[in-house]
Formats: sequence, C-alpha cells, structure tokens
Amino acid sequence: MPEIKEDKVLDARGLLCPMPVVKASKEIRSLEDGQILKILATDRGSIADFPAWAEDTGNELLEWHEEASGELVFFIQKVEED
Amino acid sequence: MLETDKLTEDLVRQVVREEIEKAFKKDKAARRAAIIASKGTLDWAYPPLIVATAAAAASMDAAIFFTFYGLNIIHKDFEKKLKVAPTGNPAMPMPVPMPDVLTGMPGMKAVATGMMKSMFRKKGVATIKELLDVALELEVRLIACQMTMDVFGYEESDFIDGVEFGGAAAFLSDARKSHVTLFI
Repeated sequence: MPEIKEDKVLDARGLLCPMPVVKASKEIRSLEDGQILKILATDRGSIADFPAWAEDTGNELLEWHEEASGELVFFIQKVEED
Repeated sequence: MLETDKLTEDLVRQVVREEIEKAFKKDKAARRAAIIASKGTLDWAYPPLIVATAAAAASMDAAIFFTFYGLNIIHKDFEKKLKVAPTGNPAMPMPVPMPDVLTGMPGMKAVATGMMKSMFRKKGVATIKELLDVALELEVRLIACQMTMDVFGYEESDFIDGVEFGGAAAFLSDARKSHVTLFI
C-alpha cells in the first residue's frame, strides 16, 4: 500500500468523545479541497465515529489502521461541498 | 404524442432515482438536530452537550432546549449546581457497596460528585465547561425554557452568555425541521 502523505496532523490522543470529532472539524476547516488530515487517536469510539463523521461531512476517509501500540491513525481527505 | 411515451421504464426509474437522491441531498432536516435537556444532574448534563457538539462538528445546526432541571446546565453557577446523588441510583459505581441509608447521609452528594468529576478528569472526559465553550464556539443554540425559568424564579441574567430564551412553540418550530430530535 502506498504511503499517504498528510498536509496536517491532529493529535487527538487522550481525548474522549466528542472531542476527537470536534477537533477534527476545526482542523479540517483550515485545509483546502483535496488536502489530507492525519488524526492520531486513542479513543476506541473513534473507530466508529470517524467513518460516520466523514460520511456526514462529505469528507473522505482514505484509510485507517491501528498501530501495534493500540494507537489509531486516520487519514481524511477534505472534500469541499459544492 | 406525449413526451413520456418515448421514455422506457428503465429510463423513468433512473430519473426517479436521481430525483430522489437530489431531494435527499437538499433535505435540510437531515442537517438539523433539536434536543430537549430536562435533567439537572452532573451525569445527565453530558448527553445533550455531547450529542449537540458532535452534531455541530458534523456541520449540523444543533439546538438544545433546556427545561425544568436542565436549566442547571446553562446556569452561571452550573459548576455548583450540577451534582450527582448516589441514593436511589443502583447503577452508580461505588468503591464499596453501600445501602441507601448510608448514601443518603449528609455530604454524600458532594463526595459522589467529587468522585465522578475526578474519575472523568482521570479518563480524559471533557468538563461541562469545556463542552459549553465548544457548543457556543460551534454555534449550537442554547435555549432556556421561559416557563420553567419563571417557575424557578430565574432571570435572564442568571444564565451564561449566549443563551436564548423561548417556549415550547420555539422548540417545536426547530424540531419539525429536524430529523434528529431527542428528549434527554
């Protein structure tokens, strides 16, 4: 799998619901169409929340995985609403 | 000859499907949430604020209508007013099992409230203050129920900045335009 290159990183480790999506919604506003936000999280609820949030906001969840340490990594591409 | 005579059934189906999809996208109610917050304890202050801020984070317009004890959540003294009582709540985790005659003793409410706050802090849960700040920042509308304010003797100045005031009709006007409506 090719490496995804992010334009910005959001460290949401240690935060619990709803703060990871709240912070992500703020960060993604500062990005331009097509740019990619990488999110680091430890909240297990994020596994369900980020795909749902991406769908609701029209942004694209490109990939997510769990590191050996248990940390969660999400790559979300900004899609400007038309 | 009518225009429709030239359309095959498949074409009609496709057109209908596309129109329905377009209508769904245009449905503003899918982007609105109207929530009633009726409870005034520390534990019950969380759900309306969490759902509303998560909705706002997903680009939805969210409004919370605070009624009865829910007014505690947006009162300027919310830090003092929001407590949790272990008595009569068998679901509340206690360090040691305690009968209600003990949990009802003076000072137990303060102990339980302190325990919940420190547990939330340790786990990294946002505080009520943080959630209120986020809600206002994300333009969640916080509406105090005028009728219960009058009953409890509250003035508009008793509430945090940014609170609006209204009645059941104001909530219904929001709710009928929202697919997400919750009573908490």
